[in-house]
Amino acid sequence: MSSLAIETQDLGRIYKIRGSKKEKKIRKELVALADVNLQIERGELFGLLGPNGAGKTTLIKILTTLLAPTSGQARVSGFDIVTDAARVRPLINMVSGGESSGYGLLTVRENLWMFSQFYGLPSKEANRRIEELLKMVGLGDRIHTKSSDLSTGLRQKMNIVRGFLTDPEVLFLDEPTLGLDVGASRDVRNFIRHWLEVDETRTLLLTTHYMVEAEELCDRVAIINQGRVLACDSPAVLKRRLQKDAIFEVATSPLNGLTGAAIEALPEVRTATAAEHDGGATLNLILVEEAALAGVINIFTQRNVRILNLSKREPTLEDVFIDLVGRSMAEVEEGGQDE
Amino acid sequence: MTTTTRNPLPASRWKESWRSFRIATWLGWQIESNWTDPFLFAIYSIVKPLAGAAILVVMYGIISGGNFEDPLFPYIYLGNAFYIYVGAVMTGVSWAVIDDREHYKTLKYMYAAPIRIPAYLLGRGVARFLTGSFSVIVTIVAGVLFLHVPLNPLQADWLLFFLALFLGIVMLAMLGLLLGGISLLIVNHSWFIGEAVAGALYLFSGAIFPLEVLPAWLRPVGFAMPMTYWLELLRRSLVGNVAQAFPTLATFSNLELLGILLGLSVVFGVISVFVFRRCDHLARERGLIDMTTHY
Repeated sequence: MSSLAIETQDLGRIYKIRGSKKEKKIRKELVALADVNLQIERGELFGLLGPNGAGKTTLIKILTTLLAPTSGQARVSGFDIVTDAARVRPLINMVSGGESSGYGLLTVRENLWMFSQFYGLPSKEANRRIEELLKMVGLGDRIHTKSSDLSTGLRQKMNIVRGFLTDPEVLFLDEPTLGLDVGASRDVRNFIRHWLEVDETRTLLLTTHYMVEAEELCDRVAIINQGRVLACDSPAVLKRRLQKDAIFEVATSPLNGLTGAAIEALPEVRTATAAEHDGGATLNLILVEEAALAGVINIFTQRNVRILNLSKREPTLEDVFIDLVGRSMAEVEEGGQDE
Repeated sequence: MTTTTRNPLPASRWKESWRSFRIATWLGWQIESNWTDPFLFAIYSIVKPLAGAAILVVMYGIISGGNFEDPLFPYIYLGNAFYIYVGAVMTGVSWAVIDDREHYKTLKYMYAAPIRIPAYLLGRGVARFLTGSFSVIVTIVAGVLFLHVPLNPLQADWLLFFLALFLGIVMLAMLGLLLGGISLLIVNHSWFIGEAVAGALYLFSGAIFPLEVLPAWLRPVGFAMPMTYWLELLRRSLVGNVAQAFPTLATFSNLELLGILLGLSVVFGVISVFVFRRCDHLARERGLIDMTTHY
């Protein structure tokens, strides 16, 4: 048994995209993943954190043998995902969030039983696990409900059970809480935590663009943007790189044309992101020296921007992302990327 | 969860194929038999094939001046009845790709599971074969009872019939696999690829008229298709003397026809497996396994 659950070496994926009808012959290339090198130990809960279109889903699709890489290599549980795909599949499972897949005409139990049979699970054992897992996620009373009659959230929970049902060595969860309400997301996170506590050899790769989720759950996090892994470490270590910096959150009146870039041009200001909203704006400032705040306040005064609230806070993974990318995750998503 | 037992070593190729086929058959049947309204099912499975046959009977009646005693009538009627299998089986197998990918959004989970996709798709086609069989039986029984199709069960060669039927269904399933592979690559407009291909081949397979009726340059298409020999064998096994009234394949003995059918089935089977594997490979390369088109 390999000590590494997942290992990638210079893994890359380029999509060739056809142009519009008028430009059919023109093929554009989209780099979805570039030179990804990861080593994930058995027993780890590893997070891939990045905005929509960063390449997270592409990486999961490659590791689950659904998509061929265009360069590099990857191994899951010691087996090459291209040449040994048939040996990888019995050992893994995957769940994609934000979708309502499944056979609506089958009951919850039937859906789950069917997938368990594809993995060769004895029927009796499968039924026992189904009941146990459904109870754990609060779906015990819906076992005989047709899945088409479930709400989107409950259907997503059913799919999460499908992923855990086969007790995989490596489980891939792609945005598992996407579209779930706060309570359901909490249930799912608790369930994930519990599943890993029971058996220390279980490995889970989770993709998310929720900073809090990554921070709360993951042993290690890889921050990914535009197909490249920018940093990879535990949330604590990642945040520590900003600990020397002074991080401020400032609520202001409307910025009157003042931009984050203009603030970033000030000395000792590492990054400044601004999000305008009704009647004001919120700025996140990462300053090399606390004294740099005086310059920021000065520019506010020049532009008639009033400070409504100012607080200093501890660094978060969002700050790490901003520090690495230069923009917040929301700004990157607004800017648009295709996965 | 208390379970820590991991999955056993990978199952053998055959075991995995059988498991995939068996569970897919169950799933296919659950989908096909989901008749929330039995009346609608009756309409679909009984009235639809009968209506199709009735159109043909009326057309034949007008063209032949009502001569239903001519051997051409059972030729047409039985050919048309058994041709139901062509659309049903080919569509049953290839449709599963579209259905799982576009409708249920489960194809990626199937592909990530330890199953044999070809065996899974063939299993999904079994239910369509069964419902198709119902339509075929209804059509033939109606022909015998009401239109005097000269089928005498006591004189039929049942061994030849079931042998030919089995071989033909396997051949159609393999063609369905070929279309399933193509469906993996054609994201748009592949919903009815099985029915469309069945419709396109209808005129060339001797289903409703002997190949002599076709222009000479089109006949090779019919002779190259296993369906032509399959339909001829089915007709011969059920209404032997009538079927042999047409010169197209009259020079061939039953055994020779079986040999040709087997040979062509093997050829098309090999081509189907090759095409499916190639398409499967390309679909993984292009990232089409979980592509949805949001119709």
